[in-house]
Amino acid sequence: MKRKFALFLALCMVCAVLGGCGGGSERGGAEGSNGLDDERKANNEIVVAIPQDLADSLDPHGSMSAGTREILFNIYEGLVKTGPDGELIPAVAESYRISEDGLTYTFKLRDNVKFHNGAKVSAEDVIYSLQRCIKSAGNTGDSALVSALSAIGRDTLTAGDDNTVSFRIDRPDPELIYFLTVAIVPADYDQLDTAPCGTGPFRFVSRSPQENVVLEKFDDYWGEAAAIDKVTLRIYTDPTALVLALKAGSVDLCPHLTAAQTAQLGTAYTILEDTMNLVQAVYLNHAVAPLDNETVRRAMCYAINRQEIMDMVADGHGVAVGSSIYPKLTRYFLPELVDRYPYDVEKARELLAQAGYPDGFDLTIAVVSSYQPHMDTAEVVVEQLRAIGINASVQPMDSATWINDVYVGRNFQATITGVDAKNVTARAMLERFVSDNGKNFINYSNAEYDALYAQAMASASEAEQTALYRQMETLLCDTAANLYIQDLADLVAIRGDLTGLRFYPVYVLDLQTVHYE
Amino acid sequence: MRYAAKKLAMMLLTMVIVSFLAFLAFQIIPGDPTARLLGADATTESVAALRAELGLDRPFFARYGAWMQGALRGDFGRSYSYAMPVSELLAGKIGITALLTAVSFLLIVLVSLPTGVLLCARERPGLDRAANAVNQIIMAVPPFFTGILMTLVFGLMLRWFVPGSFVSPSEDFWRSTAYLFFPALAIALPRIAMTVKMLRASVRGELDKDYVRTAYSRGNSRWQALYRHVLRNAVVPTVAFLAMAAADLVAGSVVIEQVFSVPGLGRLLLTSIANRDYPVVQAIVVILALWVVLVNGGADLLNQRLDPRLRLS
Repeated sequence: MKRKFALFLALCMVCAVLGGCGGGSERGGAEGSNGLDDERKANNEIVVAIPQDLADSLDPHGSMSAGTREILFNIYEGLVKTGPDGELIPAVAESYRISEDGLTYTFKLRDNVKFHNGAKVSAEDVIYSLQRCIKSAGNTGDSALVSALSAIGRDTLTAGDDNTVSFRIDRPDPELIYFLTVAIVPADYDQLDTAPCGTGPFRFVSRSPQENVVLEKFDDYWGEAAAIDKVTLRIYTDPTALVLALKAGSVDLCPHLTAAQTAQLGTAYTILEDTMNLVQAVYLNHAVAPLDNETVRRAMCYAINRQEIMDMVADGHGVAVGSSIYPKLTRYFLPELVDRYPYDVEKARELLAQAGYPDGFDLTIAVVSSYQPHMDTAEVVVEQLRAIGINASVQPMDSATWINDVYVGRNFQATITGVDAKNVTARAMLERFVSDNGKNFINYSNAEYDALYAQAMASASEAEQTALYRQMETLLCDTAANLYIQDLADLVAIRGDLTGLRFYPVYVLDLQTVHYE
Repeated sequence: MRYAAKKLAMMLLTMVIVSFLAFLAFQIIPGDPTARLLGADATTESVAALRAELGLDRPFFARYGAWMQGALRGDFGRSYSYAMPVSELLAGKIGITALLTAVSFLLIVLVSLPTGVLLCARERPGLDRAANAVNQIIMAVPPFFTGILMTLVFGLMLRWFVPGSFVSPSEDFWRSTAYLFFPALAIALPRIAMTVKMLRASVRGELDKDYVRTAYSRGNSRWQALYRHVLRNAVVPTVAFLAMAAADLVAGSVVIEQVFSVPGLGRLLLTSIANRDYPVVQAIVVILALWVVLVNGGADLLNQRLDPRLRLS
């Protein structure tokens, strides 16, 4: 806030001093101002701004922040990979066959897939990668991945003679194939932490902490090669500095901007709108009173005006949600849940009185202070809850503290955050609300929900499973599990003569098809 | 000799205390590096295993002792988040912050010393008052604000530099230095104002003294008196002040590196604190402390050369 105000003040002062001439020079926009960006175009390279450093191990099988994961999408591929419409595209595997009983999987590998180090991908690499992934997923606690992949009988993983890999599982799992998007890495390559080596359209060149990550087009890519020769991912941790860099034309592409930031950009950039692919909500701790009371939670749902939140936080951008499935998971998303609790202060007050809290209660909402959209949302939510007599307040904290106290420690009343999915399955979103799940940070406990999940896991047919997931989704909404708000808008600034960026239903930044006009 | 030994002992003690306090700080603040490394969803067993691997399960003093042993050998451990040796991680960053600090310091010396002296060379009350006012304003404006203002004016309007286009000194030294000119100026400005004020006050104080009257009576002009006699005495407190400023510049760069997107030690420090990357934070804190201690020690020595009265037998 202080920074924003300072920027505003600085702008005012400069305008006052330079008067009309300021407007004149501003109109030129960013293009051609210094020859830098024309030089980039001539060299067929781009600079992409990212808001945080890849301060992670770059091991694709380890745990990493979403910001690192979205970049590694360009470097690594699985047997199959997620496509822009959520479909699965064969990648390292040319095709695959699932036996009729759903128990035997056979992957035919492509002949022409090479790792970035030049080695050809062999069946051994694939088996090594899957086994390694199961092992490290266990360490990171990615229980969805573990439960899916550990069903693969280790000793049934075999390499066929005609460049195939096959394995057997004990019981059918219609979702398993979506988990086989995990990265294929070279067998016994020991520098995955710092020097990624995959099969994707871009190869890793260098990383300079706090400064940049450089990727180059992989010439031996099996599919359509990347259009851009060189990508520099430059790190701008300060929002003000990022806007200034954009205005100066130092950056060609910048994802994850806020509406306030894009409003300051000139005409040199096209603004594209997508969603973040997450469910932003006021997550409520069901283990503390009075939030364990369903009537109280329902009252709070009626108090939330989502349109107002979107208007205040992002100039109306964003897509409302009514349960723990975001709209781009089209197979599962139920639009009718969005308006289950229309904004109604009177009804909210009534329900609150009925629950025995006619004068409301005190509520503390924990929020990670470095993430502006959640902070802004919290400010609006606090006012909306006050309107029905709940004395809400925001408790800002840094992200390490939040993970420690709120997410892992579950020592909180309410928190605003976004929950996302690593692949396009409902399991990735819904599994966490099963009573004894390690990720169930809201302590949701509902026997009916648990039973539905067990049924979904046991189901052999995709249609039947989807129906069960939808019931679970509805149950979360009916029991007012959380105060569901929206899938946040993801605004992307891309320079006017750059095009071809594709959006996905998961959190990735695909640069393969980006090209100059 | 005894003086030097005492001084050295003090320096070492300072370093030990600073490193201990930094270690202690992480003991107190909430948050755990394993959450960042394994993800928020890690199982209790894998967290415990990693804590054991990193040595975090050992008692506080045992960990501090182990860290000390490593540090004395120049081994600062491995960065948790970047999964590489801390020394390797810092090697590339120290140069950038050092360059930024050097350019700032050069600016301070080159601008403030002549300005301060010139302002005293003649009695001009009007100029004095104007200079005073400007000085006050410059001292009051925080560097991050000056930085944003400079980016707008010199970067976006006059286009003397391109905001956000930093290149490493190792890649292109002169382009890097040119980019760092404005960040350095933003850090230097308030300190220039302070140094000017300091120098003027100290020159003024000297001008009223008897030896100056004697110098005049021996036929020296004001300029000659100033140059030959007054400055030698007035400069002593200024050097001490400049040393303080040099030590302080590194702290100023933490903020300015954010505003100008310069990937130096400051930004690495902030990110590492946020990620609870103890080994990196610990190493940077020690490096900064060492810098402050060395600069202050150097200033003491320089002052003794300039002013024999400060020399101890």
